[in-house]
Amino acid sequence: MRRPFIVRFFSATPKAGWQALAIFTTFALLVVPLLHLAVPETSVFHVSSYAITLIGKIMCFAIVGVAMDLIWGYAGILSLGHGLFFALGGYAFGMYLMRQIGRDGSYQSDLPDFMVFLDWKQLPWYWTGSDSIWWAAVLVLTVPALVALVFGFFAFRSRIKGVYFSIITQAMTFAAMLYFFRNETGFGGNNGFTDFKRIAGYSITSPEMRVTLFALSAAMLMATLVLCRYVVSSKFGRVLMAIRDAESRVMFLGYNPLHYKLAAWTLSAFLCGIAGALYVPQVGIINPGEMSPANSIEIAIWVAVGGRATLVGPVIGAFIVNLSKSFFTQAFPEYWLFFLGALFVGVTLWLPQGVVGLWSQWREKRANALAIAPADAAVEPGAAK
Amino acid sequence: MRHIFVTILVALSSFAHAAVDTRLLTQLAAEDSDEKIIAIQKIAQSAEPDAKSILQSLADGNLNDPDGQPITINNRVRREIDGALAVLKLFDPSAVVRLNSVKEISTNVDASMAPMLRKAIAQESDVKVKALLVEVYALATLKDPDKDIRLAAVTALATSADPNNKSVLFEMSKPENEAETAVRMAAFRSYLQVKQRQTVVENVGRVFSGLSLASILLLAAMGLAITYGVMGVINMAHGELLMIGAYATFGVQSIFRTFFPAQLDWYVPVAIPVAFLAAAAVGVVLERTVIRWLYGRPLETLLATWGLSLILIQAARLIFGAQNVELANPSWMTGGVEVMPGIVLPLNRIFIIGFSLFVLTLVWVLMNKTRLGMFVRAVTQNRGMAGCVGVPTARIDTVAFALGAGIAGLGGVALSQIANVGPDMGQGYIVDSFMVVVLGGVGQLAGAVWAALGLGVATKFIEAGAGAVVAKILVLVFIIIFIQKRPQGLFALKGRFVES
Amino acid sequence: MSILLLHEVTVSFDGFRALNSLSLDIAVGELRCIIGPNGAGKTTMMDVITGKTRADRGKVMFDQTIDVRRMTEADIAHLGIGRKFQKPTIFENLTVFENLELAMKMDKRARVSMFAWLDDSERDRVSDTLKQIRLDHQAERQAGLLSHGQKQWLEIGMLLIQDPRLLLLDEPVAGMTDDETARTGELFKSLAGKHSLVVVEHDMAFIEQLGGKVTVLHEGSVLAEGDLATVQNDARVIEVYLGR
Repeated sequence: MRRPFIVRFFSATPKAGWQALAIFTTFALLVVPLLHLAVPETSVFHVSSYAITLIGKIMCFAIVGVAMDLIWGYAGILSLGHGLFFALGGYAFGMYLMRQIGRDGSYQSDLPDFMVFLDWKQLPWYWTGSDSIWWAAVLVLTVPALVALVFGFFAFRSRIKGVYFSIITQAMTFAAMLYFFRNETGFGGNNGFTDFKRIAGYSITSPEMRVTLFALSAAMLMATLVLCRYVVSSKFGRVLMAIRDAESRVMFLGYNPLHYKLAAWTLSAFLCGIAGALYVPQVGIINPGEMSPANSIEIAIWVAVGGRATLVGPVIGAFIVNLSKSFFTQAFPEYWLFFLGALFVGVTLWLPQGVVGLWSQWREKRANALAIAPADAAVEPGAAK
Repeated sequence: MRHIFVTILVALSSFAHAAVDTRLLTQLAAEDSDEKIIAIQKIAQSAEPDAKSILQSLADGNLNDPDGQPITINNRVRREIDGALAVLKLFDPSAVVRLNSVKEISTNVDASMAPMLRKAIAQESDVKVKALLVEVYALATLKDPDKDIRLAAVTALATSADPNNKSVLFEMSKPENEAETAVRMAAFRSYLQVKQRQTVVENVGRVFSGLSLASILLLAAMGLAITYGVMGVINMAHGELLMIGAYATFGVQSIFRTFFPAQLDWYVPVAIPVAFLAAAAVGVVLERTVIRWLYGRPLETLLATWGLSLILIQAARLIFGAQNVELANPSWMTGGVEVMPGIVLPLNRIFIIGFSLFVLTLVWVLMNKTRLGMFVRAVTQNRGMAGCVGVPTARIDTVAFALGAGIAGLGGVALSQIANVGPDMGQGYIVDSFMVVVLGGVGQLAGAVWAALGLGVATKFIEAGAGAVVAKILVLVFIIIFIQKRPQGLFALKGRFVES
Repeated sequence: MSILLLHEVTVSFDGFRALNSLSLDIAVGELRCIIGPNGAGKTTMMDVITGKTRADRGKVMFDQTIDVRRMTEADIAHLGIGRKFQKPTIFENLTVFENLELAMKMDKRARVSMFAWLDDSERDRVSDTLKQIRLDHQAERQAGLLSHGQKQWLEIGMLLIQDPRLLLLDEPVAGMTDDETARTGELFKSLAGKHSLVVVEHDMAFIEQLGGKVTVLHEGSVLAEGDLATVQNDARVIEVYLGR
């Protein structure tokens, strides 16, 4: 008896997962917006705009983390270039945001400020259509995925694996960063895009818009989790894990690993692009710094801290690392890099399964202890503490 | 001589033997600036021994008119004096002064200088200065009414190394600028010769800067060739080991500044072992505390060493400050060697090329001719077996890693002589040096050398055509494509052990 | 009728000839054993047949008409060539059931796998195979936790469920108990006829149990061929194994 696809899709996420998502949804879509909009700022229950933006931003990072987990945790491919896809999504939406500034820029021109500054007379061809939010959405959904598809095709076809692949992806994002640093590229050079005013005519700084973006990020994060849960529990996901564990065996069974890796890789980049597009209006800036190798490698640490091949781990990891980051950069800015560095070292040395692994270890131990304890008690009642 | 009305400083006592026409001196005191200028030009062209001192005192305001008042000069006159003084330096006893003077004149030559240049050529004994003088004279006579003189001028310019003369000659070969066909043809012939010579000069220059870039890449990559190529350890903190070497050099320089200022020039040789030991010591600590536990897990090693690099960068920032530190080249490394007219090779770059060859030899001997090298290779090929025959594998790992780190430290010494020394300096080299190792083929010293050379020279040639950023991108794209074709690098190992 | 024909296949690595003009002919339904000292080229031969290594020269024909030399590993597997590695290669982090599920003959394209779902007949096939390899009580166990012999069996099971026409088995009974070895031998014998099998082994008793033709490889080419008794008495074979 075949169950319809839609049932299978949603039943991939277990019941406990749905419960957690339901609680999360209530908070993200109802409680937090209400506490921000309806509760007066003087109240202790008021959620500040700083907190909204911070959490919204981290949720975008969490999407990237989950996307990274899909290929690193499940397919064993460590990308050091995921920042590129994130930034491309951001730039794609940023173009629209730049056009929405209209004549409110510093030079009161129809062109974005940086183009006036460069003495350009008209928009370059690739800015065509950038004033439409729909076209922006198309770019967000296709450009990062296409770049990933092309790059991945060549890399996977020539069977570049392991560390080689990681370093090549790092070179990829590095090259892209240099390219975007140039003024002639037409994306604002060093400064990138900033000074956004509105989305679809609504002010970008209004509390309503802030809450909307927050809710969209939350919804996207949940959608990402449900989608990725389905993917990894489908046969496709099992083949991915099989490739991770014994790629040659997979080939001799008649699977073409190229297609599987490429699909997972492209899906991952696609999700990163959407996350980038949600991120840019919330932080109000996108520049080539987002493509720096350091940014991309930091994504890996979110996943590692949370726990690889768990999907929920990267979300936890993204929150732990980024909350620590905003704490440190305010309280002890000099020590943030020490902390981050120690995190990289510590997690790889002592916490290979991440926080989620620690949690399940602890639960296992407790379950074992519970199973053994009555027996012990029966033999040596006095020894029980 | 009663009407010598000029009050002269003590230093100008030789003035009594003045050979400059006294009428010119009177003219200098004229009200009209144009009169003054004519006088100045005439004095300069006379090229008499005392002309210089007269003009100099005029410029300094020490020359008085017949009434004992200082002669006043305006800016136009002052410019004229400066020009005249430059011309007069052509007759200076020192060949170096004369050479500089010709160079100065060549940028701003006009027909009025021709007679004086002719005089200078006749007197000149230094070959190099004379050649340049001939060239400048030719420039001055390009518009001469006499077509034979013009012909001689354009012919003389054929040997010029100055890029500007290329366009001058090209203009001369156009009918609207030159009436005589014979002169035009000669000009065009000379133009082609200058152009050709210039292409050679430019290419030599590019090859040289390519070589020096290659040396830097090689120095950065050689340590990696050991840690990554031989031991299989991805060390993302490799760039920071370069940084440690550079800061060690800075430290040695500071000690010399404070305690041995007289020997400051010799801080670099002292810094070489210090930098090696400092980086190697850090290497030992990294290996013992972190990397040792991650052998065989390359992706984890990558992340952990990235973490280490962050810690090292921040430590450097806290110790030495976030700003770049000041390092001065020793005097024996400043300046350059002129190998051909128009090509000056900076000494610090030559030093780096030589230094990288020295380190390369050292590494090669160490890996191929010593017991340590044999042990390292044995452990690489079969760890278990090496252990069985009594090679202390754990210690060999530490030593090999320290060696790779120390070589990075040596790279830091070289970098400190040509690049900024700051906490972030290592980050810029890590991608490049991995590219060298990947391109060269893992574990292949020869491959790393060829890859560094190829990347260095190619980068410089593309840079000339397309700019630095595009060159960098093109090189990265090229490497990505290259890896497609030859995933094992230039020097591939084949066989059944490759994949394991 | 030959299922696999190797004609003067040569493979060299940096001047070393792993296969030196090797010719081999396996008939449909045949059970062929291949023996030879270390470095004789047995594993390289399997690599060439399955597309892992490319032959420098020579022909590799499957089913008389299909030249496999330019095909990818996956395409060769689709033709119906299954391979068992020397070291058991299974997916340690998946369950026994999932290992067999992935191996099963079905549409193996990525886009299909996203929506694939086992139907009842497919489940039955997995359980049948589980019984055949005596792992039916371990179906939900992680494959990495199995014993060495069980892993060998699991890999054989993965081969069976792939339903290949030609099975290449590289030292299939290494690390098995005598009992397990005997059962494996029975299984192989029962497969011969429906499938063609090429077994590389060192265990002479096992080869004796299998019966069938034996090919001796030495330095990348065929040294002798015939039934076990014949090759065992061949002077050159004795020299290769005992001499020097």
